Amino acid sequence: MGKIVYEKSKGLTDVPLHYCPGCLHGVIHKLVAETLVELNVLDRAIGVAPVGCAVFAYKYFNCDMHEAAHGRAPAVATGIKRAVPDSVVFTYQGDGDLASIGTGDIVHVAHRGEKITTIFVNNAIYGMTGGQMAPTTLPGQKTTTSPYGRDPAHCGFPYRVSEMLATIPSTAFIARVAVYDIAHLTKAKAAIKKAFQMQIEGKGFSLVEVLSTCPTNWGLTPVESLKWLKENMEPYYPLGIYKDVSSNEGGN
Amino acid sequence: MGKKILMKGNEAVAEAAIRAGCKYFFGYPITPQNEIPEYMSRELPKRGGVYLQAEAEFAAANMLYGAAGSGVRVMTSSSSPGISLMAEGISYMIGAQLPCVIVNMVRGGPGLGNIAPAQSDYMQAVKGMCHGDVHLIVLAPSSVQEAVDLMYDAFDMADLYRNPVLLLGDGMIGQMMEPVEFKESTNKNLPPKTWATTGTRNSPDGKRRIINSLSIEPEDLENLNIEIQKKYKTIVEKEIRYEEYKMSKDLDIIFASYGTTSRIVKYVIKKLEEEGIKAGLIRPITLWPFPEKIFENWAENSKAKFFLTVEMSAGQMIEDVKLSINGKKPVYFYGRTGGMVPEPKEIIDYAKSLLKK
Repeated sequence: MGKIVYEKSKGLTDVPLHYCPGCLHGVIHKLVAETLVELNVLDRAIGVAPVGCAVFAYKYFNCDMHEAAHGRAPAVATGIKRAVPDSVVFTYQGDGDLASIGTGDIVHVAHRGEKITTIFVNNAIYGMTGGQMAPTTLPGQKTTTSPYGRDPAHCGFPYRVSEMLATIPSTAFIARVAVYDIAHLTKAKAAIKKAFQMQIEGKGFSLVEVLSTCPTNWGLTPVESLKWLKENMEPYYPLGIYKDVSSNEGGN
Repeated sequence: MGKKILMKGNEAVAEAAIRAGCKYFFGYPITPQNEIPEYMSRELPKRGGVYLQAEAEFAAANMLYGAAGSGVRVMTSSSSPGISLMAEGISYMIGAQLPCVIVNMVRGGPGLGNIAPAQSDYMQAVKGMCHGDVHLIVLAPSSVQEAVDLMYDAFDMADLYRNPVLLLGDGMIGQMMEPVEFKESTNKNLPPKTWATTGTRNSPDGKRRIINSLSIEPEDLENLNIEIQKKYKTIVEKEIRYEEYKMSKDLDIIFASYGTTSRIVKYVIKKLEEEGIKAGLIRPITLWPFPEKIFENWAENSKAKFFLTVEMSAGQMIEDVKLSINGKKPVYFYGRTGGMVPEPKEIIDYAKSLLKK
């Protein structure tokens, strides 16, 4: 018998993922699942899935799951955490869900300092509905509802969720990460782990924003998408830790 | 039974909910129901529960969705515009088959309307609350005491059928003070909530639970709908409630009315009696399921010349009365809108004018 050197995380089910080729959701799911296992909290984890590309996340995370309405995952998570205070509750949301229809929900869950963790996957577009403009769509970026490129004079500039939430006193940990190479994957994993640890220690609300791609709706190959993310998204959405109450350096 | 105390409707409803085992309340301020969240914020923390003010009614409904999914007794309360905002979350709870209790102390509409008592949300409550083939069990008290008693039943019914239950009051029920007695919790033998998400370590079989209203395959979604409709059929068979007031075979008029308005109608009936006009009242207590059979029976077995439906609306419950009677008797309507409460004299004059027809 050979020795097992790598296996799929116990935090994920065996259901095949439905995501498009080259999409980074699978990688991000893996980081979250591994974290729940490593922190030994999978059996008290309750996740909340969004409406968007990750709508079926409840099939993939191997723990109790709720499927929320569009934008409402933080409210649902609030109800769960208040009802089962010793559970580890997380929401997994995209930028249409969190930064558009759910803006109020995410601001208030942060403002209340709910002891939950949000994984915010930002790919600057609505993926599931077919590539429409999101609040996070970059100036000039073409989508099916900004066919001439997003014009800030017409519909404003994209806003930066992590920077905004970091200004709220009850937040414990806010970071923006990327997952396009090993070095960034390592940092992203560390941030996700830190975010969950903050929840477990009762420090307050934690959120990790993960910059992601959408090869299908960006009209690029997976490799080109990673390059586009680095060259276009990262300058507008700088990576880093925006709030960390456990560290003297991390505060804003 | 405890001793009788004088209490405002809203506060009595809140106290009844706590006694019925409600431990969680999520809500948002709106007149004329503010005494409910205020009472909950004062009492729940002292009695082992949690009160949390949501940032909006739609958030409150989704907090209910989360907490209900985790298996606790949870409620919210609001008034007309706030209930409209909750509608989406209520549909999700129906789809995911979750129990919760919602109180609507109805105010005048449409739009921002006003804060006076009204019955103009009947259609919303019993027919068009939210998207999908849905029903809420709708309970309509006509006194503070009845509101209290129905709160216990509301939580039990919600748990038994895994469906939201709506207590449909109005600004009058919420704001008036009446003597009430609180009974001990009914403590019915309800099925354990083995479907709840509390973490797999608490799961009876160690398996994970999913709370969900999404079924992407049409066949699966149809099966869910069949299951829900089967449940609704049982509710129709078992849960219909109504009051018959001075009903007999030789009446001249049969009134149909619910909630606050039915109290006015009872007074009207006594006044008509003094003038030698015989009238009775059928008062639905469950607005859904609607007591269709009782209306049908009286339409067939009474000498009454007509039915007269009285509501604080432009005419909403009258549609269910007409459907139940199915053309066997004429059905007339008298109503006031905008928060106006009908005066007995207006109803008496209209009833007498119909008798002369």
